[in-house]
Amino acid sequence: MSVLLNRNTKVIVQGLTGKIGSFHAEDMKRYGTNVVGGVTPGKGGQSQQGIPVFNTVKGAVRETGAEASIVFVPPPFAADSIMEAADAGIKLCVCITDGIPSQDMMRVKRYMLRYRREDRMTLIGPNCAGVITPGQALMGIMPGSIYLPGRVGIVGRSGTLGYEAASQMKALGIGVSTSVGIGGDPINGSSFKDILELFEKDDETDAVVMIGEIGGPQEAEAAEWAKTNMKKPLIAYIAGLSAPKGKRMGHAGAIISAFGESAQEKVEILRDAGVTIVATPASFGPTVAGVLAEQRKAA
Amino acid sequence: MDIHEYQAKELLSRHSVHIPRGGLAYSPEQAAYRTREIGGDKWVVKAQIHSGARGKAGGIRICKSDKEVSDAAEAMLGRKLVTHQTGPRGKLVSRLYIEETVDIRQEIYLGFVLDRKAERVMIVASASGGMEIEEIAERQPDSIIRAIVDPGVGMQQFQAREIAFGLGLENSLIGKATDTIMGCYQVFRDYDASMLEINPLVVTRDGNLVALDAKMSFDENALFRRPEISELRDKSQEDPRETFASDRGLSYVGLEGNIGCIINGAGLAMATMDMIKIAGGEPANFLDIGGGASPERVAKAFRAVLADKNVETILVNIFAGINRCDWVAEGVLKAIHEVGVNVPLVVRLAGTNVEEGRRILSASGQSIIVADTLAEAAEKAVSAMRQASLKKAS
Repeated sequence: MSVLLNRNTKVIVQGLTGKIGSFHAEDMKRYGTNVVGGVTPGKGGQSQQGIPVFNTVKGAVRETGAEASIVFVPPPFAADSIMEAADAGIKLCVCITDGIPSQDMMRVKRYMLRYRREDRMTLIGPNCAGVITPGQALMGIMPGSIYLPGRVGIVGRSGTLGYEAASQMKALGIGVSTSVGIGGDPINGSSFKDILELFEKDDETDAVVMIGEIGGPQEAEAAEWAKTNMKKPLIAYIAGLSAPKGKRMGHAGAIISAFGESAQEKVEILRDAGVTIVATPASFGPTVAGVLAEQRKAA
Repeated sequence: MDIHEYQAKELLSRHSVHIPRGGLAYSPEQAAYRTREIGGDKWVVKAQIHSGARGKAGGIRICKSDKEVSDAAEAMLGRKLVTHQTGPRGKLVSRLYIEETVDIRQEIYLGFVLDRKAERVMIVASASGGMEIEEIAERQPDSIIRAIVDPGVGMQQFQAREIAFGLGLENSLIGKATDTIMGCYQVFRDYDASMLEINPLVVTRDGNLVALDAKMSFDENALFRRPEISELRDKSQEDPRETFASDRGLSYVGLEGNIGCIINGAGLAMATMDMIKIAGGEPANFLDIGGGASPERVAKAFRAVLADKNVETILVNIFAGINRCDWVAEGVLKAIHEVGVNVPLVVRLAGTNVEEGRRILSASGQSIIVADTLAEAAEKAVSAMRQASLKKAS
């Protein structure tokens, strides 16, 4: 049944009445997402494009039974919105907002620990493109048309580089079970490893493409986990081969500041863990096709 | 965002961190005057640039008279200092910090960072200060003490005390060290810092604990609520290409190559630069124009890229999601018209309405090299750059 999101998932939009929120809510509905409500404090009782607006997330959950939320709230207030979702019993929160202070994210992650593991919300992002289960539902800002429904999972930090991978795969007739953007910030909700665990358990995913970049420990952590726990083929690309040390490449998290954080070092760690490496960003399609062909042969 | 040593010291000194007596100077005369203000018979003249390793590059000098101070100031001011952290272009020295000297008994390393693994603030300390932390980690790995702060309750006294004892300080210094560490944490948290480093923190012969150097960086995402930190920004320390771009809301990093890049999305931008390198070229910059590739932003991006005189070819790679390729193509044409592009231009569009976008570019009558895939775009950009270089040479 894919991961995180399907056509039945009831979704609310935090920041629905803003320019960005309303634009993407419309786009998500058009794709088939079950958008049941929105939240903008002070605008409860109104309706936006036929979507009922609530003052609080708790109110929205009570009235609609929503289980997922997407956050388009501006950076100064976004951390507060995420915590509100966690406290209202939302199971999946996707935060698109770019520019949330790191210390706010530290507090968000600390706050989420107050809930028991089984009650704890899954946070995707911030500063991400969102989640899409092609042919079913979209919680994010990606163009739905570039994804073919299928059986390969994608998890990546970057939005447009994820689009590049999905469209190269589509050109070869390879479809996607779910694509998850975990975002480019140094402190994010779900890590590569968290998403790999979901894909490994998912009956409708045969292989996973992981798109990492310079900076941070998450690719190495995922490699270590995959080495012993992942049965499905893992295919990885790391962006930033040409990035110099100590320079922040756009994403707040994309900076080489410690050993093991350069693209070359990450590629080595992944290769040692038995992960298939996508050699250049132009070879996502052929590399995935090759791995799938081998998988079929072995079966 | 980085700040200068003297600015970091001023912030820290307001929060129980002791610093040597010192003062700022913009001219040799001011530098000499500072010696009389500070008193004593030995001073340090320190170039204020956003870089470590200033000593080895000649940016820190010990002087024994006001004449020596003014001579050192004369030699440093207005020059560019090249350290192993500044890159070959170096950084301009326009401010000096004149400081009293202190008698050092021991040098300690004290650092605060956002640890990405723990996703919390981590304190790193070592009794072997004075060298860079990478060096300490290599030579004296056992001397490194680490502690992690719970963001829910903040740093606790006992954590600071444990570090102080862990450094092997004598009892009379434990209180001072605890205050220093707690003060640093408070500054780190209250001002949304991303890095704070005191190296060295010294134990003086007369039994004091003094921050001899201080380095701080701040989370740019938090500057909206820290105007007092924004005020400390010194644009003269930034790559002028990057300042030009960031003033226009673009995410740009200057590099040493000659193929200018205009791309949407940080990951795709890095991947495109990698592809250029694989094709045998060198990118001149990283540039992410963001999600909405509006004609205005595309035009600004062309201006930023062309401000770098090393650029011999431009590669535009836009994966249009929400914005359609036809709209992006029109933006590119408008930018060419407004900005005037006198180097070869390779454009690769992908995503929504791509056929229409390519048709608009091809039909424009402009000499645009259109590419369909990422690989083709990089190859065409490198070969166009080679031809342009040849033409320039002949």
